[in-house]
Amino acid sequence: MNQPKASTHITQNESLIFERSQTGRTGYRLPALDVDEAPLDQLVPARLRREDDLAGVPEVSEVDVVRHFTRISTWNYHIDLGMYPLGSCTMKYNSRLNERVARIPGFANLHPLAPERDAQGALQVIYELQQHLAEITGLAGISLQPAAGAHGEMTGVMIIRAFLDARDGATEEKRRHVMLIPDSAHGTNPASAHLSGFTVKTVRSTPEGQTDLDALRELCASNDVAGLMLTNPNTVGLFEKNIREICRIVHDAGGLVYMDGANMNALVGWARPGDMGVDVIHLNLHKTFSTPHGGGGPGSGPCCCTRELEPYLPVPRVVRDDDGFALDYGEPRSIGRVKAFFGNFGMHLRALSYILTHGADGLREATEAAVLNARVIARELTGEYDRPFNDPPMHEVVFTDKRQGRKGVNTLDIAKRLIDYGFHPMTIYFPLIVQGAMLIEPTESVGRQEIQQFVEAMRAISREAEETPELVRNAPHTTRIGRLDEAAAARKPVLRWQPEGKATAA
Amino acid sequence: MLRSVGLESPEELFSTIPADILLKDLLAVPPALSEMELLARFESLAAQNSAAARPSFLGAGAYSHYSPTIVDALIQRSEFFTAYTPYQPEVSQGTLQAIFEFQTLVCQLTGMEVANASMYDGSTGLAEAVLMAERVTRRRKVLVSPALHPEYLRVAETYVEHAGVELQRGDFDEGAGLSSFDEAGVDSETAALVVQSPNFFGCVEEVERLAEVAHKAGALLVVCVTEAISLAMLKSPGACGADIVVAEGQSFGVPLSFGGPYVGLFATREKYARQIPGRLVGVAHDKEGRRGFVLTLATREQHIRREKATSNICTNEGLIALAATIYLETMGRRGLQEVAGQCAQKAAYAARRIGEIEGFSLPYSAPRFNEFVARAPLPAAGLLERIADEHNITGGLALSHYFPDRPNDLLVCVTETNRRSEIDALVAALRETRG
Amino acid sequence: MANIPEDLHYSKDHEWIRVEGDAGTVGITDHAQHSLGDVVYVELPKVGDKFMAHESFGNVESVKAVSELFCPVSGEITEVNESLQDTPETVNTDPYGAAWMIKIRIEDRGAVDKLMSAAEYEDYVKTEAE
Repeated sequence: MNQPKASTHITQNESLIFERSQTGRTGYRLPALDVDEAPLDQLVPARLRREDDLAGVPEVSEVDVVRHFTRISTWNYHIDLGMYPLGSCTMKYNSRLNERVARIPGFANLHPLAPERDAQGALQVIYELQQHLAEITGLAGISLQPAAGAHGEMTGVMIIRAFLDARDGATEEKRRHVMLIPDSAHGTNPASAHLSGFTVKTVRSTPEGQTDLDALRELCASNDVAGLMLTNPNTVGLFEKNIREICRIVHDAGGLVYMDGANMNALVGWARPGDMGVDVIHLNLHKTFSTPHGGGGPGSGPCCCTRELEPYLPVPRVVRDDDGFALDYGEPRSIGRVKAFFGNFGMHLRALSYILTHGADGLREATEAAVLNARVIARELTGEYDRPFNDPPMHEVVFTDKRQGRKGVNTLDIAKRLIDYGFHPMTIYFPLIVQGAMLIEPTESVGRQEIQQFVEAMRAISREAEETPELVRNAPHTTRIGRLDEAAAARKPVLRWQPEGKATAA
Repeated sequence: MLRSVGLESPEELFSTIPADILLKDLLAVPPALSEMELLARFESLAAQNSAAARPSFLGAGAYSHYSPTIVDALIQRSEFFTAYTPYQPEVSQGTLQAIFEFQTLVCQLTGMEVANASMYDGSTGLAEAVLMAERVTRRRKVLVSPALHPEYLRVAETYVEHAGVELQRGDFDEGAGLSSFDEAGVDSETAALVVQSPNFFGCVEEVERLAEVAHKAGALLVVCVTEAISLAMLKSPGACGADIVVAEGQSFGVPLSFGGPYVGLFATREKYARQIPGRLVGVAHDKEGRRGFVLTLATREQHIRREKATSNICTNEGLIALAATIYLETMGRRGLQEVAGQCAQKAAYAARRIGEIEGFSLPYSAPRFNEFVARAPLPAAGLLERIADEHNITGGLALSHYFPDRPNDLLVCVTETNRRSEIDALVAALRETRG
Repeated sequence: MANIPEDLHYSKDHEWIRVEGDAGTVGITDHAQHSLGDVVYVELPKVGDKFMAHESFGNVESVKAVSELFCPVSGEITEVNESLQDTPETVNTDPYGAAWMIKIRIEDRGAVDKLMSAAEYEDYVKTEAE
C-alpha cells in the first residue's frame, strides 16, 4: 500500500499588509543624496505634485515584509510540492538552473536600448533560440516578441490577415472574413480572431473527438474562408489523425492553417507542425519549455511561421550578418510591433537553457515520458471514471463526471476533493464540448510513485462519491478557507483595500 | 512503465500520428550540456553584453532602479514562482492576496478606483486602453500625443489596425516640450486623448488641462506613465481627471533584462470596471464567513465570452506583479518618496551641468522628473558611441534612433543608482568629446 | 418543475412578456434563471432605445456564463428595472415579479399572438431538454 500524499499541518494567519502598516516604519535605506538639493518647487511646481502624501501606502519593516510574503506563500499549491495535473497547461518542473541563468548580471542588467554592438550576447541568445524553435517546429520564421500564448496567437492571426490582404487585395469585397475554429478550442482563439477583424465560424467535432472533415469541407465551400485555428493534439488530448487532409482542405479553399501550440509537449522531438502542413503556430515557452508560470505569468508566446509568411512577422527581427547579430527594422510587409522592445527576454534565456540542458535526446525522451504518464492514467482510471473518447490519448486525457453525477457528485466536487488528497485539481469544465470535463495532464515531471498516489486518490474519491457523496460535495475540508461565495463576490465586487469606514463596493 | 500500458516500444506511444509525419531522426539540436558547461556558455554570452557592466544614463521606457535584496529572494520561493494561475482559490490564496494588494497599490499610486491584476507591459496596456476607450464611448477617433513613447505608438497601431479605430497625432510645442491638441479637433467623434506624462522627452504634461479638453467633448483621457517612480512625486493621473491610466511597472524593482518580462499597470474608474481587460481579484467569503480572495468578474474574459471578450489576454504578469508589490511594500510610503526625490534632484543636477557645457542646450522649458533632452553641437549617435568607447559610459539615447529629424538630441535619464561621480564623469566626457 | 405562469406569453429565447394594451413587461423565465445559475449582473438598455423582435437588448451574467437577452416583440423601451443593478439575485428568486427587466411600447400587437402560451412553452422546454 502506498503512503498517501498528504497530511494536514498548522497554517499561519496573515492580514493584508495595509492592515499591518504603522506610521513611521520603514524597510529600506538609501544612500544620502550626493548632489546639492534644490527646492522642490524649483524642479516641479506644487500644482503638478501629489497632494495626498501617498496616504495609504504601507509603512512596514523589512522583516514584516519577509514574514508577510512567506506566510501567504504557504497558502499556495505549487509544482515543487508535487504533481500539478492541469490539462492544457503543462505544469512541468521549473529548473533552478534556468533561474540562475536569467539572473546573470550581464543579462539582468542589460538595457533594451543598449547599442547593438554592446549587447551581442543577448542578441545571440534570441537568435539561437529562434534557430532551435525553427528546428523543433519545422517552421522557418520565428518571432520571440509576443509576451504570452494569446499574444502569439493574435500575432499569428494578424500575419494571416496581412498575408491574405497582400495576396487577395484588402478591399472589402476581395477580403476573406471567416476564421474557422473547432468547438473544442481555447477561448483565446475566437478572441484573438476577433481582434484581427475576423468573423468566427465553428467547426464541429466527431463523436470520436476528431475534427469533422465533412463539416470542414462544407464550411470551406465558400470562398470567404481565411483560415482554420486548430489545436493539435486537440483539447481532448487526441492527435488529429487527418491533419494532412485538414490542411489540404483549408489550403485548397485558399485559407491558411493556424495551430495553437498549447499542446506541443506531446510532439517535441517526435513530429513537427511544419511537416503537417501548418502555416503558423504559437508556442508557450511557459508550458513546453518549462519557464515558470509564476502564479499567472510572465509567459512567452513565440510566433512561428513558414518562409512564405516570414516577411509579415513583427519587427525588429534579430538577424545575423558579417559583423555579428543585428536588429532589422526594415521589412515593410511586417504587421508592426506587438510589444515594446524584444519580448520577454528573461523567458527566452530560460527556454534556451531548457533546450540546451535537454539536448536532442532529452527533448525526445521528455515527450515520450509525458505521453506515457498520460497513458498510464488513462488506463488506470478508465474503470472508475467515464472516458468519452476511446482512442489512446497523447499527453493528456479527458474524463467526465457522468458516473459520479448519478450520486449528485459533479466535476467541481471531485476537483475540490482532490485537494484534500494533496493534489492540485485537474483542469475542469474544459473543453466545453465535453460535459463535466476533467482534463488531466501529468507531464513528464512526475514519477511512478506519485502517479500511483494520484490514481489511488482518484479511485478513493470515486468510492466516496458512491458511499459518502456529501463528503465530496463539501470538499475541500483541509484548506484554510472553504469554497468561496463567488456569486456574492461578483455582485458587489470589492477589488481593493480601503481604510476602515471607507470600504465600498466597486 | 511501457509494459504496464501494454506497449513494447516508445514508438508505439505515437501510433496515432501518421507515419509520414513522424520524425525518423533526432532533431538537429546539440547534445545535452551539464550544469557546469551550461553556466560557462551563458556566462560567456553575458560577457559580450558590455553595456550591462558600465554606468548608464539610458531610460526611455526602461529604468535602472535599486531593488532591495528581499524582492528577488521572495519571488524565488517555490510557492510563488512555480504556482499556476489562481483558478482554484482554496489552494492559491497566497497568489490571490498578493494580487489584491497589488491592485490596491496601483489604485493608490495612480489615484484611480479600480486596477486589474496587470497586463504584459506598458506598451500592450496602452493598446488595450485605446481599445477600451472605443468600447466605452463607441467612438472611433483617438488622438495621441506626439510625445508618446514611439514603441508604444507602434504597438497601439498594430492592435487597432483591425478594430476600426483611427489614431491621429496631436501637436507638439517645441518650446515647452509638451503635447497640445487643437480643441476643434477634439469632437463628438473622439473616443480619447492619449498622453504620456512625464512624456517621452521627460517633460511633465499639463494633465489636468488635457482632461478638461477631453471631457468637454465627452472623450476619455488616457494617461500613460513609463517611469512609474514618478507617481510617488507627481500629482496622480486620477487626481488630474484621467479615465484610464496605464503604466509600465518595471521601475518597481524589476530588472532591465533586455526589455522583459516587465509588468503593465492598468487602472480606471469604478464605472468602467466591467470594461477593463484582463484578470481581477476580489474579496469573497466562505460559508464560515472567513475572508478570502478570488478571481472575479470573469465574464469579461475570453474563456467565457470568447470573441466578445474585452480582450484576448489570458495571463497577467503574475510574478513580476508580485515583485512590484514586494518592492512597493518594502520601500513603502517614505521610501518611494525618497527615491522619487533623489531621481528628480540628481536629474536636475545633471541637466544643469550638461546645460552649462559650451555648445549644449536644454531645448524644453517644461518641468521634468528624471529624464531630459540635451541638444549637442554634433550628431548624438556618434557622440555617444565615442564616450562609450573612450569613457566606458552609456550616456543616454540618441533620439535619432526613433526620430531621424533629431540628429543632435540625446535623452538622458538619471536615477538614484547614478552616483554624483558618474554624473560628473558623463559631463566631463561630453565636454571633452563635443568638438 | 419550472414555474410557468398562465397569464404570460413566452419566446423561444426563454423570455416572458406580460401584455397590457400596447404596453409589455419583459423578463426571463424561471427555467432560464435556473439553467443560468446564480445571477450576478444584468445589463439593460436605455429608455427610448428601439429593438426588433429577437434582437438582443442586454445581457444577464452568472459567475461563469453570459446570456444575451432577446426582445420577444418589436418596440421601444419605456422603462428599465434599475433595481437589478443592486440586486441582480432577484432574477433567481422572483423572475416573474421583482426581476422584470424592461417595459416596452409594443409596435405590433399581432406579434404577441405568435409567441407561445404557458402550455406551449412547457412543451417547448421539455422537447429542448431531450
